[in-house]
Amino acid sequence: MRIKADELQLPWLRAKGLELNLGRVVREWEEEEGPTPMPDIASLREWDKKLLRRYKPFYLPFCDLCCLCTFGKCDLSRGKRGGCGIDMGGQLSRIVLLSCCIGASTHCGHARHMLDELIEKYGRDHPLDVGGENVYLEAPTIRLVTGIKPRTLGDLEDVLDYCETELVHLLSCTHTGQEGDNLDFESKVFHAGMIDHVVMEVADIAQISAYGFPKADPEAHLVELGMGVIDRSKPVILVIGHNVPPAIGVANYLARENLEDQVEVCGICCTAIDLTRYSRKAKIVGPISFQLRFVRSGVADVIMVDEQCIRADILREAQKVNAVLITTHYKNFQGLPDRTRDPVEGIVKDLVEGKLPGVAILDSEKAGEVAVRVAMQIAPRRRKMGLIPPEEKVMEEARRCTSCFSCVRACPNTLPIPQALAEAGKGDLKPLSELYEPCVGCGRCEQEGICPVGIKPHTLILGAHRLETAEERFKMRAGRGAIQDVEIRRVGQPIVMGEIPGVLALVGCSNFPGSWKEVARIAEEFARRKYILCTTGCSAMAIGMYRDENGQSLYETYPGVFDAGGIVNCGSCVANSHIAGAAIKIANIFAKRRLRSNYEEIADYIHNRVGAVGVAWGAYSQKASSIASGFWRLGVPVIVGPHGSKYRRALLGRKEDPEAWKVIDARTGKEVYVGPVPEHLFFMAETVEEAMVAIPKLCMRANDTARGRSMKLNHYIDLHRKLFGELPDDLHLFVRTAADIPVTMKDEVMAFLKEKGWKEFENPNPDPTLVPRLVRAKEG
Amino acid sequence: MEPWQRAEVPGPVKAVLITKPEVVAALIKRAKRPLFVVGTGSLGGNGEKSPLEYVVRIARAGKVPLVATAHAAVELRKRGVQPAARMAMVEICSRLTDPKWSLHGDGQPHDLVLMLGLGPYYMEWLMGSGLKSFAPHLRTISLNRVYQPHCSWSFPNMSEEEWYKNLEKIAEELER
Repeated sequence: MRIKADELQLPWLRAKGLELNLGRVVREWEEEEGPTPMPDIASLREWDKKLLRRYKPFYLPFCDLCCLCTFGKCDLSRGKRGGCGIDMGGQLSRIVLLSCCIGASTHCGHARHMLDELIEKYGRDHPLDVGGENVYLEAPTIRLVTGIKPRTLGDLEDVLDYCETELVHLLSCTHTGQEGDNLDFESKVFHAGMIDHVVMEVADIAQISAYGFPKADPEAHLVELGMGVIDRSKPVILVIGHNVPPAIGVANYLARENLEDQVEVCGICCTAIDLTRYSRKAKIVGPISFQLRFVRSGVADVIMVDEQCIRADILREAQKVNAVLITTHYKNFQGLPDRTRDPVEGIVKDLVEGKLPGVAILDSEKAGEVAVRVAMQIAPRRRKMGLIPPEEKVMEEARRCTSCFSCVRACPNTLPIPQALAEAGKGDLKPLSELYEPCVGCGRCEQEGICPVGIKPHTLILGAHRLETAEERFKMRAGRGAIQDVEIRRVGQPIVMGEIPGVLALVGCSNFPGSWKEVARIAEEFARRKYILCTTGCSAMAIGMYRDENGQSLYETYPGVFDAGGIVNCGSCVANSHIAGAAIKIANIFAKRRLRSNYEEIADYIHNRVGAVGVAWGAYSQKASSIASGFWRLGVPVIVGPHGSKYRRALLGRKEDPEAWKVIDARTGKEVYVGPVPEHLFFMAETVEEAMVAIPKLCMRANDTARGRSMKLNHYIDLHRKLFGELPDDLHLFVRTAADIPVTMKDEVMAFLKEKGWKEFENPNPDPTLVPRLVRAKEG
Repeated sequence: MEPWQRAEVPGPVKAVLITKPEVVAALIKRAKRPLFVVGTGSLGGNGEKSPLEYVVRIARAGKVPLVATAHAAVELRKRGVQPAARMAMVEICSRLTDPKWSLHGDGQPHDLVLMLGLGPYYMEWLMGSGLKSFAPHLRTISLNRVYQPHCSWSFPNMSEEEWYKNLEKIAEELER
């Protein structure tokens, strides 16, 4: 608010040239403010240290060196310190912080850009509505962290102001000569993660509210998914990235001009998910790993990119197939001329005539119009020029392989390419075709100087798999957004008491160590076992790209409801906030814990009571690391696949140390041993089997009732036996009393416990907390 | 010697190459508290021979307790061997950085760790580097077919045939 007066005379004031600026007015709301409104880096340090005492970092240096400043390179191996004094633990925790700052800043920049665009279009007073009357608690993370109850798009600006400040401070901590203690770096990592969850929530509730995405709808529509669902007979526009307004510009233009049935719009990665939340006509090609393979197929006439996870060589790849590239964001110009201010006619003419390989247009609606008009004009001419060779050519090329294994050494998944090429050379394309699924599509095997005879293994894999690719036709549920308050009321008690065995979040990118179907395998196993499954992003697509024994996708077989046995696709990366939000809502709606700026108490509640675990089987990005760290601060364990070990640090509990697993009984104030639950906070699994055994174990919580613990143990024992062939040897640490033992396993488990010298826990059902101020006992 | 994966450049301190398998047998014999960590990368083979076969022979002859990661334990039991423990790779390796931890629970740390097939190449690479920097009391030997520069000793990159010959030699030396 700005008040300006050249001359002002009041009974008590006379002023000339008065100018008064007021900041935004913060609206009060009914809940009392908690202890940590808009926490800074120091505010939750004690909570972080509590978690870090239990879950110690295990650092895994990628290399021995630090090369961040001109003191270096410095050798930090075997206890050495760098020129600045930092040791390996400090350096690696600094790198983790850097990664989380990149991730959180990326989401924050995304949210700010989205919000600015939506405010410009819909106004600051546009109301937030993420689920009508089903969602009263519209922004659980924002309320929890900042203390703000946002009602309009404009209210979210205050939230982002706070987050941007925190992120600048956090990034500054990674400068040489700042923090030196690894655990304090780790606390800052948690802070970055918490901020990340806030900004993700901002981005998603803003776009849900303004664009009219499904609003917490368990029956959100089904979307067509797969390379085979794209209609090649039409002009095709491919959108890639995460920030959806330009893709919506395409959809709007098509609708306005009544062209929706004449042009095919499809997408890769999160922009695709968000576009299909907006338009029922749009389709999804696949996860981020499908970028190279789909672009090279030549199906797309126009490629439009926004931000995040886009190949840095996208222009080069587009040019190879004569597709036009339109970049739409200043974060990613790709060296193209900025034609934002030029008339549409001129831009279209230059692109159609091939005067430019692409353009940057930073206006979503204009970019949408240009994309459609260019696609319609160049499609007949391009004839879907692709680079995927026919089978005969694959065999011919394969015969040139010298089996030097150079491609294998370049491949992140060490795929047996030479062996497959040898078979292909003899006429059997099956082994080569089978590499299609575990190939992450990075194209490293084709880089200059890798193959001494110039074979292009990735391209040959696509050629060998050509016919099957055309049959890739799946269904996935459109991202529904938030979890309804009423759903939380229904499942709150069974989750907290342990009777729903757990909430499993299958999230993250597609840098899978094997086939994407491993994610679907996990989903199917745990949906059958009546866990609640939440999913987002590329993992949501991986779950869809699989047919069960009835020939249906898991989204068709299992309901989209947040309840036992449901598979809930929340949406894109930024919709991960709804998964954390669901855990927070349980504490607030079911347990009536105060939410507003009351982070520590809510995190303590979630850590001790809500049996949730995240699995990011193909995590690759910095955003994935910041998303994970937001869950860590809430006390929710995260499992990653083998590639996740490259995040360079695990957070592991030591189950054999009884001191680590004591909580305070809030009823008495006494310390109580509760067993190693949950055992780890950040865990890397070697195989999908190991992850599947870890999931039920990491869903156990101190607050489980006997019935709940018995159900969780039932799944843990059953999966351990099924996949590892025997009873788990740490079972005695999780059985608190005989009542915890699953009835059907009683004899066997009792015999095992006897062998281990097991004794019942002294106090098996405390009111668990790690925070002394939450003890209700009266002194004396 | 180059690491197996092209871009994995380790730093100034690199594994000593095992050029004579007898040296490995001697190191095992000399170790007071050795441990053998075996992962699912050991489960392959060429139809005739399997690395796991040598794991079993080396562990038996050298009296080295086995820790199996992931579902490697299942395959070991199929060969009549019950590993001393089944633990996840990060669980065993993080404990090995504790100078007071041992599998035997007596507070005396292990002094030598043999590793084979700890998941994909890069995962074993990272476990090796974690131990190199944070377990100064420990020496590590990679018995994989490819070079693992973060270990104290490692085979160079070699053919499968050569690898089996080397493993055979180690087993024979210990069985004598």
